[in-house]
Amino acid sequence: MSSSPAVVAKDLSLVFQTADSPVIALSEVNLSIERGEFVSFIGPSGCGKTTLLRVIADLERATSGSISVNGMSPEAARLQRAYGYVFQAAALYPWRNVLKNVMLPLEIMGLPAAERESRAREQLERVGLSGFEGKYPWQLSGGMQQRVSIARALSLQPQMLLMDEPFGALDEITRDHLNEQLLRLWEATGKTVIFVTHSISEAVFLSQRIVVMSPRPGRILEVISNPLPAGRMLDIRDSVGFAEVAHRVRQALRAGHSYD
Amino acid sequence: MTDATLPLPATRVAPAAPSRWAPMAVVVGCILLLWYVGAVALNAPQVTERLNNLGQPWDWSDLVNAAWAMERPVLPAPHQVALDFTRSVFDHAIDSPRNLLFHAGVTLSATLLGFMLGLLLGVLLAVGVVHSRVLDRGLLPWIIASQTIPILAIAPMAVVVLGSLGYPPLVSKAVISMYLCFFPVAIGMVKGLRSPEVLQMDLMRTYSASRPQLLWLLRLPAALPFLFASAKVAIATSLVGAIVGELPTGAQAGLGARLLQGSYFGQTVQIWSALVMASLLGVALVGLVGLAERATARLMGTRA
Repeated sequence: MSSSPAVVAKDLSLVFQTADSPVIALSEVNLSIERGEFVSFIGPSGCGKTTLLRVIADLERATSGSISVNGMSPEAARLQRAYGYVFQAAALYPWRNVLKNVMLPLEIMGLPAAERESRAREQLERVGLSGFEGKYPWQLSGGMQQRVSIARALSLQPQMLLMDEPFGALDEITRDHLNEQLLRLWEATGKTVIFVTHSISEAVFLSQRIVVMSPRPGRILEVISNPLPAGRMLDIRDSVGFAEVAHRVRQALRAGHSYD
Repeated sequence: MTDATLPLPATRVAPAAPSRWAPMAVVVGCILLLWYVGAVALNAPQVTERLNNLGQPWDWSDLVNAAWAMERPVLPAPHQVALDFTRSVFDHAIDSPRNLLFHAGVTLSATLLGFMLGLLLGVLLAVGVVHSRVLDRGLLPWIIASQTIPILAIAPMAVVVLGSLGYPPLVSKAVISMYLCFFPVAIGMVKGLRSPEVLQMDLMRTYSASRPQLLWLLRLPAALPFLFASAKVAIATSLVGAIVGELPTGAQAGLGARLLQGSYFGQTVQIWSALVMASLLGVALVGLVGLAERATARLMGTRA
């Protein structure tokens, strides 16, 4: 079972019925993601990248086609808590302090209190927030809040991280820093990471493969393999190799008239 | 980079913050003034008649003094009410029916019982409405309709029915209170339980949280600010309900009974003292809910 790919989508389509006309959010998507891969979905708004991630997470249901997550249905994977999901906003509960926010999913899982706390403290340390356990969300900066939400997703010890533009609302300096931290985290844990972004340089810096998508209807234009080596540091972004991959992504986006 | 000759910002002395009591004192002063004038105006017909009957010449000061000292005035002067109020509170034992505090206590017990029942009923109804489409469609219109019936029409029926079933007056009064005060709680809680953002709901779904977990860990904490806002309205209407519940019972005790007796015997001063007591009680109850709200907010780490 552990050999089954993390995600396999075949002819996946999703149509939203709206008041005036149906919206084709995903059209004939075919994609396979191996376990341990870091894959980014990139494209302009409305290209279905978030919808695809939500289908994987069983937050939306596909209209036709098939999808499996870790060799089972998305629902079964969700019920097994196979993934941790990081949203665009941190979505911390304002009445819980940092530690209790990270312990929330563990409380829902029904873990004993002592284990909840030790796991939560471990993940907070991993994202560099030891010492902030007793703070409330409003006392933290946006970047720290998002790190708490990453620790919260990691506390489930999922095989897979689903991240929906997690750093989109942060300033560039914080974003760079968190990108590097995320890459180290992925290298250390070997988890599958599926990362939605609309930043070309973020996608190229982080991922092994970049799925370029286009809107109306939402579809995959091209899947670009990223030859940049592992152990990337931020200054790799100034290299020629980086510029070449970024250029290919930009061309693919342009080919889909995604800039219109 | 900048040189050191930049002028220091002049130390500004903050203007003395106006005391929060000052505006209140002005308002109270205006009310008292209007009240005294009104007492003269409303009592003048009776007073002039009496002064004329005495057959002696009288002037404005006689009129004013008499108008502020009538035994059964149309509108008693503030100091008459204050005197009656303090006498009835301090001159009698606390368990004497002549003590206003005794009556306040009777009404208070019905108010609190009714408030607790109303709170419980309101929260339970809201939880039902939020969780069941059938209840949402089927129950909410009835909840709203229930409040369109004047409480004065329902109160006597509740008293008669519950009395014939052998319940003490406390229970029938509390039921009337509950009937009035579950409504703001139910409406506020429906809104509060639905207040979590889509993102927070999605998060719970990714954790495969059960519905009770969703309720307990997300919906209820998110609804607490709404609950307290509703509870402030509810506890005030609960007091009104308890007083109204005392009117048709021919009750011997309670602020409502005191009001009724006052109007039977034309004891307007007594009516006004009871009204003052009722409003003080109302202010104290709303204040208590406010304190509970603040304590809860502190426990929940809300920004001070």
